[in-house]
Amino acid sequence: MRDWNTQARNRQARLARAAALARANGGKEVAAADAGALLEAVLEPGDRVCLEGNNQKQADFLARALAELNPEKVHDLHMVQSVLALPEHIDVFERGVASQLDFSFSGPQAGRLAKLVSANQIRIGAIHTYLELFGRYFVDLTPRVSLVCAQAADRAGNLYTGPNTEDTPVIVEATAFKSGIVIAQVNEILDSLPRVDIPGGWVDFVIQSPKPHYIEPLFTRDPAQISEIQVLMAMMAIKGIYAEYEVNRLNHGIGFDTAAIELLLPTYAESLGLKGKICRHWALNPHPALIPAIEAGFVESVHSFGSELGMEAYIRARPDVFFTGPDGSMRSNRALCQAAGHYACDMFIGSTLQIDLAGNSSTATLGRISGFGGAPNMGSDARGRRHASPAWLKAGREARAGRNLIPRGQKLVVQMVETFREHMQPAFVEKLDAWELAESANMDLPPVMIYGEDVTHILTEEGVANLLLCRTDEEREQAIRGVAGYTPVGLGRDRRMVENLRDRGIIRRPEDLGVDKRLATRDLLAARSVKDLVRASGGLYDPPKRFRNW
Amino acid sequence: MSSYYEASARERLHALFDRGSFHEFLPPSERVVSPHLVQLDTPAAFDDGVIVGRATLDGRPVLVAAQEGGFMGGAVGEVHGAKLVGLLERARDEKPAAVLLLVESGGVRLHEANAGLIGVSEIMRAVLALRSEGVPVVVLDGGQFGCFGGMGIVARLCDAIVMSEEGRLGLSGPEVIETTCGVEEFDSRDRALVWRTVGGKHRYLLGEADAIVADDISAFRAAAIHLLDTKPDLSLEALTAEHERLGARIEKFGALRDALDIWSALGVEKPENLPLLEADAFRAAVDGKRA
Amino acid sequence: MEKLTFEFFGGAPVNATRAPALVGVVGSGNLEVLIEPAELGGACAVEILTAARGFGATWKAVLDDFFTRHKLADVRIAINDVGATPAVVALRLDQAVEDFLGGGA
Repeated sequence: MRDWNTQARNRQARLARAAALARANGGKEVAAADAGALLEAVLEPGDRVCLEGNNQKQADFLARALAELNPEKVHDLHMVQSVLALPEHIDVFERGVASQLDFSFSGPQAGRLAKLVSANQIRIGAIHTYLELFGRYFVDLTPRVSLVCAQAADRAGNLYTGPNTEDTPVIVEATAFKSGIVIAQVNEILDSLPRVDIPGGWVDFVIQSPKPHYIEPLFTRDPAQISEIQVLMAMMAIKGIYAEYEVNRLNHGIGFDTAAIELLLPTYAESLGLKGKICRHWALNPHPALIPAIEAGFVESVHSFGSELGMEAYIRARPDVFFTGPDGSMRSNRALCQAAGHYACDMFIGSTLQIDLAGNSSTATLGRISGFGGAPNMGSDARGRRHASPAWLKAGREARAGRNLIPRGQKLVVQMVETFREHMQPAFVEKLDAWELAESANMDLPPVMIYGEDVTHILTEEGVANLLLCRTDEEREQAIRGVAGYTPVGLGRDRRMVENLRDRGIIRRPEDLGVDKRLATRDLLAARSVKDLVRASGGLYDPPKRFRNW
Repeated sequence: MSSYYEASARERLHALFDRGSFHEFLPPSERVVSPHLVQLDTPAAFDDGVIVGRATLDGRPVLVAAQEGGFMGGAVGEVHGAKLVGLLERARDEKPAAVLLLVESGGVRLHEANAGLIGVSEIMRAVLALRSEGVPVVVLDGGQFGCFGGMGIVARLCDAIVMSEEGRLGLSGPEVIETTCGVEEFDSRDRALVWRTVGGKHRYLLGEADAIVADDISAFRAAAIHLLDTKPDLSLEALTAEHERLGARIEKFGALRDALDIWSALGVEKPENLPLLEADAFRAAVDGKRA
Repeated sequence: MEKLTFEFFGGAPVNATRAPALVGVVGSGNLEVLIEPAELGGACAVEILTAARGFGATWKAVLDDFFTRHKLADVRIAINDVGATPAVVALRLDQAVEDFLGGGA
């Protein structure tokens, strides 16, 4: 007769090997000094292992312990993880502990990752978006062992994640309910927790790390670095897109371009009478740059993927806006916020590095395998969406006008770029660098962040191109060239056709939008420094010291 | 409120002095540019990073200079230095109510180091000569690049210094200290540490800055007007007393490791709260406690 | 560095007594623009010293559009550039003209 319980029995065998390392008190607590021994006891060669770490909080202590394991005992691990952020995430492969990788984003380690891939020390299964990877945790990439990270644990192994809950629930759920083993590093062990984010029954071992886990303040943008060109672009975004489509549910990408929009809401948008009419509900990390808009009464709700260092007390004091627990601190959740951003938002707006003539955009550069993160899910039409809203309906109408199609809506996906980046690198190109990267790294596809077919608007300092209104590939190309300024792509435009597109409102210049360029100065920003953000928060925002100048 | 920190040197001059009163000497159209930078294949500025001229302040005639930090960090090259020296020497002839130096400089320009060093020493001598003739020299320091190196010394040779909290004043800049003494000694990326060590509030508490104002051009203007009648005591007795005060200061604080310890030793309650206070509240909190 | 010069014809002469105007700062990603009246036989002359080599065609395109916006004659424009993008260049040029013709200080 077939044995239907191999996974559970294998789990019991692993737990038995580790039993001697766990202290009393429910037998879950393991000393930090025994972390390596614990991993060696529970891991088996070839295991699929999830190491928690996104672009914010990191299970850094467990990552180090894993990287230091003896590769003769533990090898050929298959790492499944959201983000490769720490050097240890690559060390694991360099030392021969792991050999296979499925992941989503690798920002800071993208260069080293590319090197190890070309040296055959890492076999990449696939590069995913967050939601795809989380989805596969429950289908064919279920972790055998997960190494996660929390603020605190109690003696029963209950975990308190604090504001940076992030990926922990999804990882633990996939592992614990498929006979896997969950090991958590925590900053402190308490007798009672402020709240329980992960039930202790789902957690097998808890280690108090010698130092608190690392958190990166990734979403803090110093308003001092916002340029007057970015102010101009933000004015065009507000007047030409937010107001016209009555965008009320949205997600902003990370960067100074979108920070400028956030800082123009209480000034420019207010002066246009848009308070209460746009930007009321957000799927967004708690950006410090959003503080003035929240204080001005623009923002009704914010649900977050993760938290942001220094925003804790401010969030705690604004529970009507943020999602907070009975203890008062925020609870974030990356999987749910990604789902919210995809299905419940009417608009995504963000920056990119390169846009081609079809509107495909990519952040890939040669020699770096940086992955996707969440942008492709935020920046794509949700084809499973069925509920209507004014913004969604208007975008759908524009895309279908004059065609005999059944009515449906469409998400607004806006790419916002200056025509030239730093060092005069053009943002518009005939062919994305992603093609070359795909060839050199043996990828199945060029890594495109947002496909042209999903992009509805391209916004540059030259104007707004509304791709929804284009009817042919040629019109699309000329609409893109028409806002590409003095880049070679822009200079290669058909001037007559671009003027025709302008007459039809497909291309709109600042003057067509009624945006006065002379107002585009930093004086229009609701905060011009991090200190202004602290002031706006009534002293509640406590920025990391690297962002201070006081 | 108009930010002094954000403004360019030209914008500061036009907003700080009586409306329309500023007249520039050697304006950009004269093209008196650095002869060295072009040889080094480096872009020059038509004013060499410093604007000099005359203006009125509250109706009283003043000679003024403003360094532009955005051009090579406001560093002093040959032309830049000569313009400042010329202005100070002109003041000896014209005897204006005061000379105002809107400093923003990392010190000597490395591209023309010898000429810059000589320039700085000439500026120092010219400041002292002018003061001895009874014309006060007032420094305003609130720009993005602070005031360091030779210009830090120049600033302390003057009669009075007005700073905002954002302003910085020192000899070696934070990066230089880190490079020479190690990150354990001074972490230049710890901006809170940098500002509480060389920023306006600490300089005010140590008695080096005479006034601390909000980052607002009109606040700088008001403080400058207030200091127009500064009459320095240059007698030997006053100098000896000043040296004694400085000796006592290093005696009292020399062993302390951090500005917070000094503020605590000065009797400031909750010194960790000082950086958060706005200028008015800060002045009130430290009233009577400065070194 | 690279030195570029351009001349444009067909504009309207400006009053020769206008005061020169200077905008911008010679800092990274920025530029200064000096604009002043000059006896140039009806030309608008532009002289550029730039730290970024090899962008002559881009400068020409930016200045062509500038001259379409502002038909100036008997004007000399001098630029010191540290790799400013065309957007910043166009903005500074417009600001310089506004200061110059607006009679600002």
